[in-house]
Amino acid sequence: MKPAVFWSSLVAALIAGLVFTEVGQNDYYFNAAYVVLQALIMAVAWNILGGFTGYVNFGSAGFFAVGAYTTIALNKAFGLPLPLLIAAAALVCGLIGLGVGYLTLRLKGVYFAIATLAMAIVIETLVNNWAYVGGAKGSYMLTPETHLWFDSYIKMLFMVMLALALASVAVSRALSSSRLGRGLAAIRDDEVAAECSGVPTLRLKLVSTTVMGAMMGVAGAPYPFFVTFVDPVSAFNLFIAVNSIAMPMIGGTAHWSGPVLGALLVGTAQELITVTISSELNVLLVGIMLVLFITLAPQGIVGLARKYLGRRLR
Amino acid sequence: MSDVLLRVTNLSKRFGGFVALENVALDVAAGERLGLIGPNGSGKTTLINCISGALLNDEGTIVFEGRDITRLPPYRRARLGVARSFQIPKPFASMTVLENLRVPLEYAARARVERRRVADEAMRVLELVGLKERANEQSAGLTQVDMRKLELARALAAKPRLLISDEAMAGLSGSEVDEVLPILFKLNQSGITIIMIEHIMQAVMRFSQRVVCLDAGRIICEGAPDQIVRDPGVQRAYLGA
Repeated sequence: MKPAVFWSSLVAALIAGLVFTEVGQNDYYFNAAYVVLQALIMAVAWNILGGFTGYVNFGSAGFFAVGAYTTIALNKAFGLPLPLLIAAAALVCGLIGLGVGYLTLRLKGVYFAIATLAMAIVIETLVNNWAYVGGAKGSYMLTPETHLWFDSYIKMLFMVMLALALASVAVSRALSSSRLGRGLAAIRDDEVAAECSGVPTLRLKLVSTTVMGAMMGVAGAPYPFFVTFVDPVSAFNLFIAVNSIAMPMIGGTAHWSGPVLGALLVGTAQELITVTISSELNVLLVGIMLVLFITLAPQGIVGLARKYLGRRLR
Repeated sequence: MSDVLLRVTNLSKRFGGFVALENVALDVAAGERLGLIGPNGSGKTTLINCISGALLNDEGTIVFEGRDITRLPPYRRARLGVARSFQIPKPFASMTVLENLRVPLEYAARARVERRRVADEAMRVLELVGLKERANEQSAGLTQVDMRKLELARALAAKPRLLISDEAMAGLSGSEVDEVLPILFKLNQSGITIIMIEHIMQAVMRFSQRVVCLDAGRIICEGAPDQIVRDPGVQRAYLGA
């Protein structure tokens, strides 16, 4: 995609979002869109490590939850405004990404995946025992009364999430087409050969885990204001981790647009099924789609598009 | 040919109780063409893994251009000018042939290649090894010969001072060997020192100015190619006679 086309689509999406907040009446649509956008950021973030670098992370929910709990803790302690809370969550989760990366990146393949899952469980246990943020009982948040020029708080939150999602897509695209992105792809393809080609593999992998962690933290930071009640079970929900793996897989992991397409498709389908049939069927849907894509189109939607439309997607 | 480019002293490497290399000493002069031979399992690949940094040796030192690189990670060595090709080709399979060369050009040779010249440089290297027509193909779809040429090309794109070619010709037919060997000669003429590991005797003997023979982790003989083939120790190592 040409840079001009890319940037104008981002601006168009932002404007469309603003128009939507003016004309949209039913708050449900903003709720639903928020959920899809949150999943989109998570998918884009997962793909930086999982797709570009080739390290499968099962602990996404851990980063997400730390983002949410950073908001809870800092809001309770200092009552910071939302943008600062988001920045703080990015910082905290980025540092956790760096630390976890340093501890686990000597592991490969399935061992790395299990280590990230273990990390999420360790953090969940810590939060369960941290009374200040509610421990296992959970914690209530009051919806702030200010919502800028928007009619309702959810509309503002939706716009915040839209801006964050677009920013994460921009970061992911910039990363994938840069020298850094080629270094990450080299690591994914063959780590030893990458190192012998002069790629500082450890440093690049740490950059990758840090950016991933920070982005997931950003996705989680506004969550307490969205749901108004957070407990460890909901914040560390394995479904968050499964979604962040399934969406890039279904969309295609090799290209930055894969997780975006996957998140929009799967996320929207989940919302539709939740309101029309049942919320339980969601999980089944993700499972079936994942199985179908992995067996029939392992390169995801992007792979299918490349196969049938040539290589124009680049 | 007096300047020593690479000096390996007292190098030992053990895997558990197994001694893969013992007290290996090796000097390689700048501009030299050195052949490294030895039966399977004699430690050739372990030695170049130690030189390129993929493995850390237990004892001994490795000095490259007067600088101790014994503990440097592989990517730092690549930046200093140590490049290698792999015995089993390891292309970056998701990339095109050209993109494969961008990686070493943008990383290992970063200080030596201007950013805007990367694509030209990559094409120049591809032309040198005869892969120019394949530049925009996916590297995963290459034939064996082309894959081996890509291995060499990628090592070259790192702009090395020392090129270690690990069985670049294994499994190739006679005529294919005749395609690859002149490339190595040409590189040597351009000032690159080459260590060649090879099982194809005719190729090593034709190429090398000096041959070193390893057996069971020790250097058992070194000298001019015609001297080596007559050496009783080498004959024993290979034929068990």
